[in-house]
Amino acid sequence: MRRQVPLIITFCVGIFLIAYVFSPPLTDFGENFSVYFDIIAVFAFFLGGGNLIRIHTNNLRRRKKDWWYSVVTLGAFTLMLAAGLFKIGNPGGIGASLTTSGSWFQTIFETLMSPLNSTMYALLAFFIASASYRAFRARNREATILLVAAFIILLGRTPIGYFLTAWIPDSWSILRVPDLSVWIMSFPNLAGQRAIMIGVSLGVVSMSLRLILGIERTYLGGDKG
Amino acid sequence: MTHPLLLSSALVGIVFSAIVIGGGLVFLLIRTLKAKEVDRRVIFLFIFVATALPILFPFTFSEEPTAIVKRVFDKIESLPAGSHVMLSFDFDPAMAPEVQPMANAITRHCLVKGDKVVFICAWATGQALLTQTLDNIVRKEFPDKKEGIDYVNLGYKAGNEGMMNVIVTNLRKMYPTDVNSIPLDSIPALEGVTSCRDMKLLVSMGGGYPGPKEWVLFVGDPGNVPVAAGAAAVSAPQLYPYYPKQLLGILGGVKGAAEYEYELAKRYPQFDKVDKPALKMMGPQTMAHIVVMVFIILANIAYFKGRKAGQK
Repeated sequence: MRRQVPLIITFCVGIFLIAYVFSPPLTDFGENFSVYFDIIAVFAFFLGGGNLIRIHTNNLRRRKKDWWYSVVTLGAFTLMLAAGLFKIGNPGGIGASLTTSGSWFQTIFETLMSPLNSTMYALLAFFIASASYRAFRARNREATILLVAAFIILLGRTPIGYFLTAWIPDSWSILRVPDLSVWIMSFPNLAGQRAIMIGVSLGVVSMSLRLILGIERTYLGGDKG
Repeated sequence: MTHPLLLSSALVGIVFSAIVIGGGLVFLLIRTLKAKEVDRRVIFLFIFVATALPILFPFTFSEEPTAIVKRVFDKIESLPAGSHVMLSFDFDPAMAPEVQPMANAITRHCLVKGDKVVFICAWATGQALLTQTLDNIVRKEFPDKKEGIDYVNLGYKAGNEGMMNVIVTNLRKMYPTDVNSIPLDSIPALEGVTSCRDMKLLVSMGGGYPGPKEWVLFVGDPGNVPVAAGAAAVSAPQLYPYYPKQLLGILGGVKGAAEYEYELAKRYPQFDKVDKPALKMMGPQTMAHIVVMVFIILANIAYFKGRKAGQK
Protein backbone atom coordinates (compact mmCIF):
# COMPACT_ATOMS: atom_id res chain seq x y z
CA MET A 1 0.00 0.00 0.00
CA ARG A 2 2.90 2.35 0.80
CA ARG A 3 4.00 2.07 -2.81
CA GLN A 4 0.59 1.84 -4.47
CA VAL A 5 -0.69 5.21 -3.24
CA PRO A 6 2.19 7.23 -4.79
CA LEU A 7 1.85 5.17 -7.99
CA ILE A 8 -1.86 5.99 -8.22
CA ILE A 9 -1.20 9.70 -7.55
CA THR A 10 1.51 9.76 -10.25
CA PHE A 11 -0.77 8.01 -12.74
CA CYS A 12 -3.75 10.35 -12.11
CA VAL A 13 -1.69 13.57 -12.15
CA GLY A 14 0.24 12.48 -15.24
CA ILE A 15 -2.89 11.58 -17.20
CA PHE A 16 -4.62 14.80 -16.09
CA LEU A 17 -1.69 17.01 -17.13
CA ILE A 18 -1.59 15.38 -20.57
CA ALA A 19 -5.37 15.81 -20.94
CA TYR A 20 -5.20 19.48 -19.89
CA VAL A 21 -2.80 20.35 -22.73
CA PHE A 22 -5.30 19.04 -25.29
CA SER A 23 -8.49 20.22 -23.61
CA PRO A 24 -9.08 23.99 -23.26
CA PRO A 25 -11.89 23.62 -20.64
CA LEU A 26 -9.32 22.16 -18.25
CA THR A 27 -7.07 25.26 -18.46
CA ASP A 28 -8.10 26.53 -15.03
CA PHE A 29 -7.25 23.20 -13.38
CA GLY A 30 -3.96 23.16 -15.24
CA GLU A 31 -3.08 26.62 -13.90
CA ASN A 32 -3.86 25.43 -10.38
CA PHE A 33 -1.59 22.43 -10.81
CA SER A 34 1.21 24.80 -11.88
CA VAL A 35 0.60 26.90 -8.76
CA TYR A 36 0.75 23.73 -6.59
CA PHE A 37 4.00 22.88 -8.36
CA ASP A 38 5.37 26.33 -7.50
CA ILE A 39 4.43 25.88 -3.85
CA ILE A 40 6.26 22.55 -3.83
CA ALA A 41 9.22 24.22 -5.57
CA VAL A 42 9.40 26.77 -2.75
CA PHE A 43 9.66 23.92 -0.24
CA ALA A 44 12.73 22.76 -2.16
CA PHE A 45 14.42 25.97 -0.98
CA PHE A 46 13.70 25.01 2.64
CA LEU A 47 15.03 21.51 2.04
CA GLY A 48 18.12 22.86 0.30
CA GLY A 49 18.81 25.40 3.04
CA GLY A 50 18.20 22.83 5.79
CA ASN A 51 20.50 20.34 4.13
CA LEU A 52 23.25 22.94 3.76
CA ILE A 53 23.01 23.83 7.46
CA ARG A 54 23.01 20.15 8.51
CA ILE A 55 26.06 19.19 6.44
CA HIS A 56 28.17 22.18 7.44
CA THR A 57 27.18 22.04 11.10
CA ASN A 58 28.32 18.40 11.09
CA ASN A 59 31.62 19.42 9.50
CA LEU A 60 32.10 21.99 12.21
CA ARG A 61 31.10 19.76 15.11
CA ARG A 62 33.40 16.94 13.99
CA ARG A 63 36.21 19.34 13.04
CA LYS A 64 36.45 17.67 9.61
CA LYS A 65 39.21 18.60 7.14
CA ASP A 66 38.87 22.23 5.91
CA TRP A 67 36.14 22.88 8.49
CA TRP A 68 36.83 26.63 8.36
CA TYR A 69 35.24 26.71 4.88
CA SER A 70 32.05 25.55 6.58
CA VAL A 71 32.30 28.56 8.92
CA VAL A 72 32.47 30.86 5.88
CA THR A 73 29.56 29.05 4.18
CA LEU A 74 27.33 29.16 7.26
CA GLY A 75 28.27 32.78 8.00
CA ALA A 76 27.54 33.90 4.43
CA PHE A 77 24.29 31.90 4.37
CA THR A 78 23.06 33.37 7.65
CA LEU A 79 24.02 36.92 6.71
CA MET A 80 22.34 36.78 3.30
CA LEU A 81 19.25 35.04 4.75
CA ALA A 82 18.87 37.65 7.49
CA ALA A 83 19.49 40.54 5.08
CA GLY A 84 16.82 39.18 2.73
CA LEU A 85 14.21 38.00 5.26
CA PHE A 86 14.26 41.10 7.45
CA LYS A 87 15.12 43.48 4.59
CA ILE A 88 17.88 45.02 6.68
CA GLY A 89 18.82 48.53 5.61
CA ASN A 90 16.09 48.57 2.98
CA PRO A 91 15.23 52.24 2.34
CA GLY A 92 11.65 51.29 1.41
CA GLY A 93 11.00 49.26 4.57
CA ILE A 94 9.58 45.77 4.85
CA GLY A 95 7.04 46.24 2.02
CA ALA A 96 9.59 47.32 -0.57
CA SER A 97 11.40 45.14 -3.06
CA LEU A 98 14.03 42.81 -1.63
CA THR A 99 16.59 44.18 -4.09
CA THR A 100 16.02 47.90 -3.52
CA SER A 101 19.27 49.85 -3.95
CA GLY A 102 20.94 50.54 -0.64
CA SER A 103 19.52 47.48 1.09
CA TRP A 104 22.04 45.09 2.65
CA PHE A 105 20.84 42.31 0.34
CA GLN A 106 21.50 44.31 -2.83
CA THR A 107 24.78 45.74 -1.52
CA ILE A 108 26.16 42.30 -0.61
CA PHE A 109 25.03 40.97 -3.96
CA GLU A 110 26.71 43.77 -5.90
CA THR A 111 29.93 43.96 -3.91
CA LEU A 112 30.57 40.29 -3.11
CA MET A 113 28.54 37.78 -5.07
CA SER A 114 28.60 39.56 -8.40
CA PRO A 115 32.39 40.09 -8.66
CA LEU A 116 33.18 36.61 -7.29
CA ASN A 117 30.79 34.92 -9.71
CA SER A 118 32.05 36.94 -12.68
CA THR A 119 35.68 36.20 -11.80
CA MET A 120 35.08 32.45 -11.70
CA TYR A 121 33.40 32.57 -15.11
CA ALA A 122 36.11 34.82 -16.58
CA LEU A 123 38.73 32.18 -15.79
CA LEU A 124 37.11 30.11 -18.54
CA ALA A 125 38.79 32.34 -21.14
CA PHE A 126 42.19 31.04 -20.06
CA PHE A 127 41.17 27.40 -20.04
CA ILE A 128 39.36 27.66 -23.39
CA ALA A 129 42.49 29.16 -24.99
CA SER A 130 44.65 26.38 -23.58
CA ALA A 131 42.13 23.70 -24.61
CA SER A 132 41.90 25.12 -28.16
CA TYR A 133 45.67 24.91 -28.48
CA ARG A 134 45.62 21.26 -27.51
CA ALA A 135 42.38 20.06 -29.13
CA PHE A 136 42.10 21.80 -32.51
CA ARG A 137 44.66 19.82 -34.47
CA ALA A 138 44.11 18.54 -38.01
CA ARG A 139 44.69 14.90 -37.06
CA ASN A 140 42.10 13.52 -39.50
CA ARG A 141 39.29 14.66 -41.81
CA GLU A 142 36.69 15.14 -39.04
CA ALA A 143 39.12 17.08 -36.85
CA THR A 144 40.03 19.29 -39.83
CA ILE A 145 36.35 20.11 -40.48
CA LEU A 146 35.95 20.99 -36.79
CA LEU A 147 39.08 23.11 -36.90
CA VAL A 148 37.98 25.07 -39.99
CA ALA A 149 34.47 25.62 -38.57
CA ALA A 150 35.90 26.83 -35.25
CA PHE A 151 38.26 29.16 -37.08
CA ILE A 152 35.45 30.72 -39.12
CA ILE A 153 33.23 31.13 -36.05
CA LEU A 154 36.07 32.72 -34.06
CA LEU A 155 36.82 35.11 -36.90
CA GLY A 156 33.13 35.79 -37.49
CA ARG A 157 32.65 36.91 -33.88
CA THR A 158 35.12 39.77 -34.38
CA PRO A 159 34.98 42.89 -36.56
CA ILE A 160 38.19 41.67 -38.20
CA GLY A 161 36.15 38.99 -39.99
CA TYR A 162 33.96 41.66 -41.55
CA PHE A 163 36.95 43.87 -42.35
CA LEU A 164 38.85 41.09 -44.14
CA THR A 165 35.97 40.07 -46.42
CA ALA A 166 33.95 43.28 -46.85
CA TRP A 167 35.25 43.56 -50.42
CA ILE A 168 33.32 40.44 -51.54
CA PRO A 169 30.40 41.53 -53.78
CA ASP A 170 26.85 41.23 -52.48
CA SER A 171 26.01 38.39 -54.88
CA TRP A 172 28.67 36.30 -53.08
CA SER A 173 27.93 37.66 -49.61
CA ILE A 174 27.69 34.13 -48.19
CA LEU A 175 31.48 34.01 -48.46
CA ARG A 176 31.91 36.97 -46.12
CA VAL A 177 33.20 35.62 -42.82
CA PRO A 178 30.33 36.95 -40.62
CA ASP A 179 27.74 35.50 -43.05
CA LEU A 180 29.65 32.24 -43.30
CA SER A 181 29.74 32.07 -39.53
CA VAL A 182 25.97 32.61 -39.36
CA TRP A 183 25.52 29.95 -42.06
CA ILE A 184 27.50 27.42 -40.01
CA MET A 185 25.35 28.21 -36.97
CA SER A 186 22.09 28.19 -38.94
CA PHE A 187 22.57 24.98 -40.92
CA PRO A 188 25.15 22.39 -39.78
CA ASN A 189 24.84 23.47 -36.13
CA LEU A 190 21.05 23.61 -36.36
CA ALA A 191 20.86 20.13 -37.89
CA GLY A 192 23.00 18.70 -35.10
CA GLN A 193 21.14 20.56 -32.35
CA ARG A 194 17.75 19.43 -33.70
CA ALA A 195 18.89 15.82 -33.88
CA ILE A 196 20.00 15.99 -30.24
CA MET A 197 16.78 17.71 -29.18
CA ILE A 198 14.53 15.20 -30.95
CA GLY A 199 16.50 12.33 -29.40
CA VAL A 200 16.28 13.86 -25.92
CA SER A 201 12.56 14.61 -26.33
CA LEU A 202 11.79 11.03 -27.36
CA GLY A 203 13.72 9.90 -24.29
CA VAL A 204 11.70 12.25 -22.06
CA VAL A 205 8.40 10.98 -23.54
CA SER A 206 9.35 7.37 -23.02
CA MET A 207 10.62 8.03 -19.47
CA SER A 208 7.40 9.95 -18.63
CA LEU A 209 5.27 7.08 -19.90
CA ARG A 210 7.28 4.64 -17.79
CA LEU A 211 6.68 6.84 -14.73
CA ILE A 212 2.95 7.32 -15.39
CA LEU A 213 2.39 3.62 -16.03
CA GLY A 214 4.34 2.65 -12.93
CA ILE A 215 7.07 0.76 -14.80
CA GLU A 216 9.79 3.11 -13.54
CA ARG A 217 9.69 3.10 -9.73
CA THR A 218 13.15 4.17 -8.65
CA TYR A 219 11.81 7.59 -7.57
CA LEU A 220 9.97 5.81 -4.75
CA GLY A 221 13.29 4.80 -3.24
CA GLY A 222 14.81 1.34 -3.57
CA ASP A 223 14.63 -0.71 -6.76
CA LYS A 224 11.94 -3.23 -5.85
CA GLY A 225 8.30 -2.70 -6.65
CA MET B 1 30.82 53.92 -46.53
CA THR B 2 32.29 54.37 -43.07
CA HIS B 3 35.61 52.68 -42.65
CA PRO B 4 34.74 49.54 -40.75
CA LEU B 5 37.79 49.51 -38.54
CA LEU B 6 37.46 51.86 -35.76
CA LEU B 7 35.73 54.88 -34.57
CA SER B 8 37.63 55.80 -31.46
CA SER B 9 40.76 57.85 -31.05
CA ALA B 10 42.59 55.19 -29.05
CA LEU B 11 44.97 54.29 -31.86
CA VAL B 12 47.63 53.86 -29.23
CA GLY B 13 45.70 50.90 -27.84
CA ILE B 14 45.67 49.09 -31.16
CA VAL B 15 49.32 49.85 -31.94
CA PHE B 16 50.54 48.92 -28.45
CA SER B 17 48.48 45.71 -28.41
CA ALA B 18 49.67 44.78 -31.90
CA ILE B 19 53.35 45.35 -31.03
CA VAL B 20 53.29 43.49 -27.70
CA ILE B 21 51.09 40.61 -28.77
CA GLY B 22 52.45 40.42 -32.33
CA GLY B 23 56.06 40.44 -31.12
CA GLY B 24 55.35 37.71 -28.59
CA LEU B 25 53.55 35.55 -31.13
CA VAL B 26 56.40 35.87 -33.65
CA PHE B 27 58.79 34.73 -30.91
CA LEU B 28 56.53 31.74 -30.24
CA LEU B 29 56.34 30.98 -33.98
CA ILE B 30 60.13 30.77 -34.12
CA ARG B 31 60.12 28.44 -31.11
CA THR B 32 57.38 26.34 -32.71
CA LEU B 33 59.38 26.05 -35.94
CA LYS B 34 62.15 24.61 -33.79
CA ALA B 35 59.55 21.98 -32.73
CA LYS B 36 59.13 23.31 -29.18
CA GLU B 37 55.63 23.07 -27.65
CA VAL B 38 54.08 26.14 -26.01
CA ASP B 39 53.69 25.88 -22.25
CA ARG B 40 50.18 26.34 -20.83
CA ARG B 41 51.33 29.27 -18.67
CA VAL B 42 52.54 31.11 -21.79
CA ILE B 43 49.05 30.78 -23.28
CA PHE B 44 47.54 32.16 -20.05
CA LEU B 45 49.97 35.08 -20.14
CA PHE B 46 49.05 35.92 -23.73
CA ILE B 47 45.33 35.81 -23.01
CA PHE B 48 45.90 38.08 -20.01
CA VAL B 49 47.88 40.60 -22.09
CA ALA B 50 45.43 40.37 -25.02
CA THR B 51 42.48 41.22 -22.80
CA ALA B 52 44.23 43.65 -20.44
CA LEU B 53 45.73 45.97 -23.07
CA PRO B 54 42.44 46.83 -24.83
CA ILE B 55 40.90 47.42 -21.39
CA LEU B 56 43.71 49.83 -20.43
CA PHE B 57 43.77 51.49 -23.86
CA PRO B 58 40.19 51.07 -25.04
CA PHE B 59 39.32 50.98 -28.71
CA THR B 60 36.02 50.30 -30.38
CA PHE B 61 34.95 49.03 -33.78
CA SER B 62 31.96 49.81 -35.92
CA GLU B 63 29.51 46.91 -36.06
CA GLU B 64 27.41 45.82 -39.00
CA PRO B 65 24.25 44.24 -37.50
CA THR B 66 23.63 40.72 -38.75
CA ALA B 67 20.11 39.76 -39.85
CA ILE B 68 19.50 37.71 -36.70
CA VAL B 69 20.06 40.81 -34.51
CA LYS B 70 18.45 43.25 -36.93
CA ARG B 71 15.16 41.34 -36.78
CA VAL B 72 14.88 42.00 -33.03
CA PHE B 73 15.71 45.68 -33.53
CA ASP B 74 13.21 46.03 -36.39
CA LYS B 75 10.48 44.30 -34.40
CA ILE B 76 10.79 46.81 -31.55
CA GLU B 77 10.97 49.64 -34.10
CA SER B 78 7.73 48.45 -35.69
CA LEU B 79 5.73 48.36 -32.44
CA PRO B 80 3.32 51.28 -31.95
CA ALA B 81 3.94 53.45 -28.86
CA GLY B 82 2.22 52.04 -25.78
CA SER B 83 2.72 48.40 -26.78
CA HIS B 84 3.43 46.04 -23.92
CA VAL B 85 6.86 44.41 -24.06
CA MET B 86 7.97 41.86 -21.47
CA LEU B 87 11.69 41.75 -20.68
CA SER B 88 12.77 38.73 -18.69
CA PHE B 89 16.08 38.87 -16.82
CA ASP B 90 17.13 35.22 -16.73
CA PHE B 91 20.81 35.42 -15.89
CA ASP B 92 23.33 35.60 -13.08
CA PRO B 93 26.48 37.68 -12.51
CA ALA B 94 28.57 35.14 -14.46
CA MET B 95 26.55 35.82 -17.61
CA ALA B 96 25.99 39.51 -16.83
CA PRO B 97 29.03 40.95 -18.69
CA GLU B 98 27.63 39.46 -21.90
CA VAL B 99 23.90 39.68 -21.30
CA GLN B 100 23.39 42.85 -19.26
CA PRO B 101 24.59 45.17 -22.08
CA MET B 102 21.93 43.74 -24.38
CA ALA B 103 19.31 43.98 -21.63
CA ASN B 104 20.25 47.63 -21.15
CA ALA B 105 20.19 48.40 -24.88
CA ILE B 106 16.79 46.76 -25.37
CA THR B 107 15.42 48.56 -22.30
CA ARG B 108 16.61 51.89 -23.76
CA HIS B 109 15.06 51.03 -27.11
CA CYS B 110 11.67 50.10 -25.64
CA LEU B 111 11.52 53.18 -23.43
CA VAL B 112 12.55 55.62 -26.15
CA LYS B 113 9.85 54.11 -28.38
CA GLY B 114 7.27 54.69 -25.64
CA ASP B 115 6.52 51.02 -25.00
CA LYS B 116 5.15 49.84 -21.66
CA VAL B 117 7.88 47.60 -20.31
CA VAL B 118 7.03 44.68 -18.02
CA PHE B 119 10.18 43.47 -16.24
CA ILE B 120 10.17 39.93 -14.91
CA CYS B 121 12.78 37.38 -13.75
CA ALA B 122 12.80 33.61 -14.10
CA TRP B 123 16.14 33.50 -12.23
CA ALA B 124 16.45 34.53 -8.58
CA THR B 125 19.70 36.35 -9.37
CA GLY B 126 17.98 38.24 -12.19
CA GLN B 127 16.08 40.48 -9.81
CA ALA B 128 19.23 42.04 -8.32
CA LEU B 129 20.67 42.55 -11.80
CA LEU B 130 17.41 44.07 -12.94
CA THR B 131 17.74 46.59 -10.09
CA GLN B 132 21.06 47.68 -11.63
CA THR B 133 19.38 48.23 -15.01
CA LEU B 134 16.57 50.19 -13.36
CA ASP B 135 19.03 52.35 -11.40
CA ASN B 136 21.65 52.90 -14.10
CA ILE B 137 19.52 53.08 -17.22
CA VAL B 138 15.85 53.70 -16.54
CA ARG B 139 16.03 56.18 -13.64
CA LYS B 140 19.17 58.00 -14.86
CA GLU B 141 18.52 58.25 -18.59
CA PHE B 142 14.71 58.37 -18.53
CA PRO B 143 13.80 60.49 -15.47
CA ASP B 144 10.42 61.30 -17.03
CA LYS B 145 9.41 57.61 -17.12
CA LYS B 146 7.47 56.63 -14.01
CA GLU B 147 7.33 53.20 -12.38
CA GLY B 148 3.82 51.83 -12.61
CA ILE B 149 2.93 54.08 -15.54
CA ASP B 150 5.64 53.47 -18.13
CA TYR B 151 7.13 50.31 -16.72
CA VAL B 152 6.49 47.74 -14.03
CA ASN B 153 8.80 45.42 -12.14
CA LEU B 154 7.20 42.06 -11.37
CA GLY B 155 10.39 40.53 -9.99
CA TYR B 156 11.19 36.87 -9.45
CA LYS B 157 8.88 33.92 -8.78
CA ALA B 158 10.05 30.38 -8.20
CA GLY B 159 8.73 27.57 -10.37
CA ASN B 160 10.53 27.94 -13.70
CA GLU B 161 8.19 26.48 -16.37
CA GLY B 162 5.41 26.23 -13.77
CA MET B 163 5.46 30.02 -13.42
CA MET B 164 5.44 30.48 -17.21
CA ASN B 165 2.64 27.95 -17.58
CA VAL B 166 0.41 30.11 -15.38
CA ILE B 167 1.25 33.61 -16.66
CA VAL B 168 0.63 32.58 -20.25
CA THR B 169 -3.08 32.49 -19.38
CA ASN B 170 -3.34 34.42 -16.12
CA LEU B 171 -0.74 36.93 -14.98
CA ARG B 172 -2.47 37.87 -11.72
CA LYS B 173 -2.76 34.30 -10.50
CA MET B 174 1.03 34.06 -10.26
CA TYR B 175 1.77 37.75 -9.65
CA PRO B 176 -1.01 39.32 -7.53
CA THR B 177 1.37 42.22 -6.78
CA ASP B 178 4.48 43.75 -8.27
CA VAL B 179 7.87 43.66 -6.57
CA ASN B 180 6.89 46.56 -4.28
CA SER B 181 3.71 44.78 -3.07
CA ILE B 182 1.43 47.00 -5.17
CA PRO B 183 -1.60 45.07 -6.50
CA LEU B 184 -1.42 44.62 -10.25
CA ASP B 185 -4.98 45.91 -10.66
CA SER B 186 -3.90 49.34 -9.42
CA ILE B 187 -0.92 49.63 -11.79
CA PRO B 188 -1.83 51.76 -14.84
CA ALA B 189 0.97 50.24 -16.95
CA LEU B 190 -0.85 46.90 -16.82
CA GLU B 191 -4.27 48.20 -17.77
CA GLY B 192 -5.83 45.74 -20.20
CA VAL B 193 -3.18 43.12 -19.56
CA THR B 194 -4.50 39.81 -18.30
CA SER B 195 -1.77 37.46 -19.43
CA CYS B 196 1.38 37.17 -21.49
CA ARG B 197 -0.83 36.85 -24.56
CA ASP B 198 -1.31 40.63 -24.33
CA MET B 199 2.41 41.21 -24.83
CA LYS B 200 3.42 42.39 -28.29
CA LEU B 201 6.91 41.01 -27.70
CA LEU B 202 8.70 38.97 -25.08
CA VAL B 203 12.49 39.15 -24.83
CA SER B 204 14.21 36.60 -22.64
CA MET B 205 17.77 37.48 -21.78
CA GLY B 206 19.75 34.59 -20.40
CA GLY B 207 20.74 31.36 -22.00
CA GLY B 208 20.63 28.92 -19.10
CA TYR B 209 17.69 27.08 -17.57
CA PRO B 210 15.04 28.44 -17.50
CA GLY B 211 15.66 30.81 -20.35
CA PRO B 212 14.64 31.65 -23.92
CA LYS B 213 13.96 28.00 -24.77
CA GLU B 214 11.44 27.63 -21.93
CA TRP B 215 9.79 30.95 -22.80
CA VAL B 216 9.31 29.69 -26.37
CA LEU B 217 7.91 26.33 -25.27
CA PHE B 218 5.61 27.54 -22.50
CA VAL B 219 4.63 31.07 -23.55
CA GLY B 220 5.66 31.86 -27.13
CA ASP B 221 4.12 28.84 -28.85
CA PRO B 222 1.00 28.19 -26.74
CA GLY B 223 0.22 31.89 -26.29
CA ASN B 224 1.16 32.99 -29.81
CA VAL B 225 3.52 35.61 -28.36
CA PRO B 226 6.53 36.74 -30.45
CA VAL B 227 9.68 35.82 -28.52
CA ALA B 228 13.22 37.10 -29.02
CA ALA B 229 16.34 36.00 -27.16
CA GLY B 230 19.51 37.48 -25.81
CA ALA B 231 21.98 34.81 -24.82
CA ALA B 232 25.54 34.27 -23.67
CA ALA B 233 27.71 33.23 -26.62
CA VAL B 234 28.18 29.75 -25.19
CA SER B 235 24.44 29.02 -25.15
CA ALA B 236 23.40 30.82 -28.35
CA PRO B 237 24.00 27.76 -30.62
CA GLN B 238 21.35 25.83 -28.69
CA LEU B 239 18.75 28.45 -29.63
CA TYR B 240 19.25 28.30 -33.40
CA PRO B 241 16.75 25.43 -33.86
CA TYR B 242 14.01 27.88 -32.82
CA TYR B 243 15.08 30.63 -35.22
CA PRO B 244 13.38 32.21 -37.21
CA LYS B 245 9.86 30.87 -36.60
CA GLN B 246 9.68 30.43 -32.84
CA LEU B 247 12.39 32.94 -31.98
CA LEU B 248 12.24 36.01 -34.17
CA GLY B 249 15.87 36.88 -33.48
CA ILE B 250 18.85 36.11 -31.24
CA LEU B 251 21.47 38.41 -29.76
CA GLY B 252 24.41 36.10 -29.22
CA GLY B 253 27.10 37.13 -26.73
CA VAL B 254 29.03 40.37 -26.65
CA LYS B 255 28.99 40.57 -30.47
CA GLY B 256 25.19 40.47 -30.62
CA ALA B 257 24.98 43.10 -27.87
CA ALA B 258 27.54 45.31 -29.62
CA GLU B 259 25.62 45.12 -32.90
CA TYR B 260 22.45 46.14 -31.09
CA GLU B 261 24.16 49.02 -29.25
CA TYR B 262 25.65 50.25 -32.52
CA GLU B 263 22.35 50.09 -34.40
CA LEU B 264 20.53 51.83 -31.54
CA ALA B 265 23.04 54.70 -31.45
CA LYS B 266 22.86 54.99 -35.25
CA ARG B 267 19.05 55.25 -35.21
CA TYR B 268 18.80 57.35 -32.05
CA PRO B 269 21.76 59.77 -31.88
CA GLN B 270 20.86 60.72 -28.27
CA PHE B 271 22.39 57.35 -27.28
CA ASP B 272 25.68 58.12 -28.99
CA LYS B 273 27.21 59.42 -25.76
CA VAL B 274 25.80 56.86 -23.31
CA ASP B 275 27.95 54.03 -21.99
CA LYS B 276 28.11 51.14 -24.47
CA PRO B 277 29.91 48.32 -22.64
CA ALA B 278 29.45 45.69 -25.37
CA LEU B 279 31.14 47.87 -27.99
CA LYS B 280 33.98 48.47 -25.52
CA MET B 281 34.27 44.73 -24.81
CA MET B 282 34.64 43.93 -28.49
CA GLY B 283 38.25 45.20 -28.26
CA PRO B 284 39.39 42.63 -25.65
CA GLN B 285 37.25 39.93 -27.28
CA THR B 286 38.74 40.58 -30.72
CA MET B 287 42.29 40.51 -29.39
CA ALA B 288 41.61 37.32 -27.40
CA HIS B 289 40.09 35.64 -30.49
CA ILE B 290 43.11 36.62 -32.59
CA VAL B 291 45.46 35.18 -29.98
CA VAL B 292 43.46 31.92 -29.80
CA MET B 293 43.45 31.65 -33.61
CA VAL B 294 47.23 32.19 -33.76
CA PHE B 295 47.72 29.57 -31.06
CA ILE B 296 45.63 27.11 -33.07
CA ILE B 297 47.86 27.78 -36.10
CA LEU B 298 50.99 27.37 -33.97
CA ALA B 299 49.64 24.12 -32.50
CA ASN B 300 49.07 22.73 -36.01
CA ILE B 301 52.51 23.80 -37.21
CA ALA B 302 54.03 22.05 -34.20
CA TYR B 303 51.84 18.99 -34.82
CA PHE B 304 52.77 18.65 -38.49
CA LYS B 305 56.46 19.26 -37.79
CA GLY B 306 56.35 16.60 -35.08
CA ARG B 307 54.59 14.15 -37.40
CA LYS B 308 57.09 14.80 -40.17
CA ALA B 309 59.97 14.27 -37.77
CA GLY B 310 58.31 11.02 -36.57
CA GLN B 311 58.03 9.72 -40.15
CA LYS B 312 61.73 10.26 -40.69
